Order: sequence, then structure tokens, then C-alpha cells
Amino acid sequence: MSRALIELQHISKSYDGKPVLDDLELTIHENEFVTLLGPSGCGKTTTLRILGGFETPDEGHVIFDGKDITNVPPNKRQLNMVFQNYALFPHMTIADNIAFGLKIKRKTDKYIQDKISYALNLVGLQGFEKRMPGSLSGGQQQRIAIARAIVNEPHVLLLDEPLGALDLKLRQDMQYELIRLKNELGITFVYVTHDQQEALTMSDTIVVMNQGYIQQMGSPETIYNEPENAFVADFIGDSNLFPATFVRDELIEIDGRPFLCVDKGFGQNTPVDIVIRPEDVIITTPDKGTVTGVVTDLIFQGVHYEICIDVNGREWVCHSTEASLVGTMVGIAVDPFNIQVMNKPESEDEEAAAIEK
Amino acid sequence: MKKTKRNLGNLYIALIFIFMYAPIVMLIIQSFNASKSRGRWGGFTTFWYQELFQNESIMEAFTNTIILAILSAAIAVVIGTAAAIALARMKKRPRQTWLGITNIPMLNADIVTGVALMLLFTTVNVQLGFGTVLLSHVTFNIPYVILNIMPRFRELPPHIYEAAQDLGAGPIEAFFKVIFPEILPGVISGGLMAFTMSIDDFIITYFTTGSGYNTLSTKIYAEVKLGIKPEIYALSSIIFVTVLILLILLSRSGSKGRKMVKEVAL
Ligand SMILES: Nc1ncnc2c1ncn2[C@@H]1O[C@H](COP(=O)(O)OP(=O)(O)O)[C@@H](O)[C@H]1O
Ligand SMILES: [Mg+2]
Repeated sequence: MSRALIELQHISKSYDGKPVLDDLELTIHENEFVTLLGPSGCGKTTTLRILGGFETPDEGHVIFDGKDITNVPPNKRQLNMVFQNYALFPHMTIADNIAFGLKIKRKTDKYIQDKISYALNLVGLQGFEKRMPGSLSGGQQQRIAIARAIVNEPHVLLLDEPLGALDLKLRQDMQYELIRLKNELGITFVYVTHDQQEALTMSDTIVVMNQGYIQQMGSPETIYNEPENAFVADFIGDSNLFPATFVRDELIEIDGRPFLCVDKGFGQNTPVDIVIRPEDVIITTPDKGTVTGVVTDLIFQGVHYEICIDVNGREWVCHSTEASLVGTMVGIAVDPFNIQVMNKPESEDEEAAAIEK
Repeated sequence: MKKTKRNLGNLYIALIFIFMYAPIVMLIIQSFNASKSRGRWGGFTTFWYQELFQNESIMEAFTNTIILAILSAAIAVVIGTAAAIALARMKKRPRQTWLGITNIPMLNADIVTGVALMLLFTTVNVQLGFGTVLLSHVTFNIPYVILNIMPRFRELPPHIYEAAQDLGAGPIEAFFKVIFPEILPGVISGGLMAFTMSIDDFIITYFTTGSGYNTLSTKIYAEVKLGIKPEIYALSSIIFVTVLILLILLSRSGSKGRKMVKEVAL
């Protein structure tokens, strides 16, 4: 991995005595696309605002490029933020909005003009110079907000749920736009979202947060395939999240039925949580399954069917391209490497942070 | 059915207008009446207006009024804008409390404000005169400025101040570049309203002024006590028209301002 650019060291922050971030540690590397992912109110925006300089942490330090910038005001930081509701200046034309930062830095008119056309070109809004922000659609305003930030050539771009207000189709288009932009500009993106699909699509690194704690940090594949606890497993995509017993290495029991797995080192007869992704559940004939169950629900979802199966009172969700009729008896099998074993939360604190349902 | 309803409505409005404006129309007509006796129409004349402009003590009161209105409005705009900024940054609860407190001088009966201010000035031994009147006008003007600016803050898109800072502007530069242009219509209408209120005021001025300092309203009052001269009709007509024009300007300068003007005017 490339050079560390930003370090958040032991960051804590409370509002009115209510802790919002607790001893947060995070390293962001040069050229990385980092996504802070978590439910609403978990402290994502607060973390971003501390990075941008709009909040001062109660404790801890923000290190940027080796220098402590904890108390440096926003206008002196080499990063730019794209705000959740765009925050375009309503009384200025699009050109003036984009030129705002450059004029403050007293760039020449020629330089500013070139930058405006470059940025508008980059976000696909050529010819919008004279328009007013109010006359633009949400998606267009979003692009202008990004253009306004990137003309300043920041080392880092902070984005707070930038696609949150857009409709699904536009959001998907913009996701690809943003990835393209990032590759073209070669800068670091710190991205905030509560949408797990968005995080999985766009990021190099996902930081899953809950109640001011980092739950897990890793590549999208790691986060999806190897969640470290029940919260992460539950938050990232649909999943079968069951309590189980870790009998011994490579063997677990779910509701008293043995399943082979590949995990080791959880002790013997230890209570654990396990997660099985719906697409990893194999539906077979009753005699070939590890367990049997009855189909209770069948929903067509476009790419696949979602099938709910009742196994001795526990509901398993599976995704399959083949339909199974409601009421039929089926067998269920799972490949050992598709069962992800996780520690049960130990302390009460951890419990509160992990299982919030 | 609908038509009669509408006609009745129109009649109602017409009646209101007649009741409200008949005295003023009378006043204006009298100001052009050549006869000194009010009961008789002696022909059209602008003589009273000429007299008025040659009356030095009235012209002095006129200058006083204008200077007072401009100064008190200007000072109130500066203080009121600063107050509105602070209020806008507060959380909802304390903001409502403080707004309530700043509104009191506006809602209070003028006579109470006037007497209270006079008491204060005499207690601390300040010479009553221009200074005390100016202070008093600033006092009752500030809430009008605040009330005109506050809605502008509410309509401000969130985070534009921070966005300006993010793009490199210092705190003061950010304010003047992105916040001030947005609240400017409120500042202007607040200033205009303060100016109007200052011209319009009699009671508070009357209680807080000392001998020798007169505004038009206290001057008129003094003159009327000695017996009404037709010049006073002319003067009152001019004041009425000036205030009317100001109110029309105000009501054009923004929808929020308009609502307030209506309340104040009625
Ligand atoms: N300025 C503030 N004053 C008081 N509480 C705040 C403030 N900003 C955020 N909070 C609280 O901190 C928590 C985390 O907020 P935030 O960082 O905005 O979460 P997220 O962006 O993940 O939804 C929330 O409970 C929120 O109510
Ligand atoms: Mg947020």
C-alpha cells in the first residue's frame, strides 16, 4: 500500500456529554478511496468534519502528511469537502461558484477561465458557466459542487453522502463518474455513505462504523466475505446470521446440526455467530442436504429468486436462479469455506456497539 | 350567488378604505385650501407649502428628523445584523428566548418605552436632547432590523459558510462573500423599516427629548397646542406621503418584509 497521508490518532468527540466518537484510529493512504460506512448517526459526518477542520476533537490528533493539523482552520487545509446538500452559493453563477477558491488564491483570470472549462468538461456540464445554481437539477448541482472542489487541486477530497439525494438510476451513473474522476485526478477520496452497495462498488477500503466505533476496516471483498462480527455481517448485505456452537476446529453446529467449516482456533464448544450469504446456500434434494426444510416464500428479484426456507423453526434466506415452489421439502447444503465464523461480542460495550437491532 | 359574495367583499374593502383614508384625504385637501377657515373651500393654493418651507424652525425640525432617521437606522442595522448573526447560530431554544427579549421594545406600548427611557436617562443624569433621542430610536429600531434579517438566515442553504471557508476564505471574508449577499435584502428592508419607524415616531421622541431639540412630530405637536395653522396640514401631508412611499418600497423589497409591513401599517 502507498504512503500514509492522513492519520486520525485516538480521536474522541462528544456533543453535550454524549460521546459520538470514541478513541477512533484511522490511517488513510495516498490515492486511496476510503469509505466510511455505517448507519445514520454513527459519527461518519463528525469524522469527516474533523478531517475538514469544521470540528475540533475533544481528544486526539489529526496528522496530515506528517504534520499535526488538529487546530488548523479549514481554509488553511489542503483538502476540500463536498457537502451533503451541495452548499452552492445561490447568488453566484456556476462559473463564479467554481472560481471561488481560485479567486481567493488570486490566480490569474486566464488560469481561472481554463480551470472552469476544464472542470465543467470533467463533470460533463460544458456551457453551464452563466447558469445560476437554482436552475440546475440535483444531479447537476452535485457535479458543480464536485467541480468547485477539485479545481483547487486538493490532495484529498472529502465527500459526505454526495449521492444521497439522487434517485437510483442517477446515483448509479454518478458512482461510475466518481470512480472515473478519482482515477483521472489521482487524489485521495474519503467518502461517507450509509449505503452498503455504494461502498462495495466504489471503495478501495471500507471502514464500517457503528456508534462511534470502527467495527471493521478492509477491502470490500474482505468486509463482504469475512465480516468480523454480527454487526458488520448484518449491515453488509442480506445474510443468514445465526448463533452457533464452535464444536472444534473445522466443525460447527447450527441448531444442533453439524456443518463443516474452515475456521480454526475458536476453542471447543464455544458459542459463536456465523454468517452465510444467501447466494452461498445450496438448495438440493432432501436426501443430499445437510439439513432439510420447507419453502415458505418465493420472490422473483430480477437476477435471481429469493427463497425463504423454514428449517426447524429458523428461517434461511437463499438466492437461486431456479425457483422452488412454496411448500416443497428441500435439502440445504453449504460449502465449508462459505461459512464465516465470528466471535460473539464479549464486553457489554462491544455488545451494544455490535448488535443494534 | 358567487357574484353577490364577491360584491359584498368589495363593498367591505371599500368601506375599510373610506374609514381609513377619509381623514387623510381630508387633511391633504385642506393643505391645498386657500381659505384659512376649514369649513369653506377658498380655492386651490400651494401657499401653505411655500409658507412651510420658509418656516425656519419647521425646516430645522425636518433636518433633525432626517438626520435622526438615517443615523438611528444605520446604527440599528449594524447592531441588528450582528445580533441576527448571533441568533442564527444559536440552538432553537435559546434563540427563541432571545428573540422574545429583543422583540419587547417593539411590542411594548410606546408610552411605556418612552417613559422608561426617560427615567433611565434622567437617573443616570444624561442631558436630554439629540443624543438621548438617537439612543432611544436605535433601541426601538433594532428589533425591526433583526426581524427582517432572521428569515433570510432560515432560507440560507446549509453549510455555505463552511463551504466558503473550505475553499480558502477566512471567517470574515467567508461571511462577506457568501452570507452577506444572501441576507442583504433583509438588511435593506430592515434599514428602510427602521428609517420609517424613526420618522413615524412621536411618543418616544417626545419623552426623551430635551428643550431645543425637535423632530417634525414633536414640532407639529407643539404647534398644534398653539392653534392649528394650515402649514401643519401641508407638513402632515408630506410626512404621510413620505411614509407611504417608504412602505411601498419596503413591500416591494421582499415577501417577508411585506408581511411585517402589513402588520406594522395596520
Ligand atoms: N453539532 C452537533 N450537536 C449535537 N449533536 C450532534 C452534532 N453533530 C452531530 N451530533 C450527534 O452526533 C451523532 C453522530 O452524528 P453524525 O456524525 O452526523 O452521524 P452520521 O453522519 O454517521 O449520520 C448523532 O447522534 C448526532 O445527533
Ligand atoms: Mg451524516
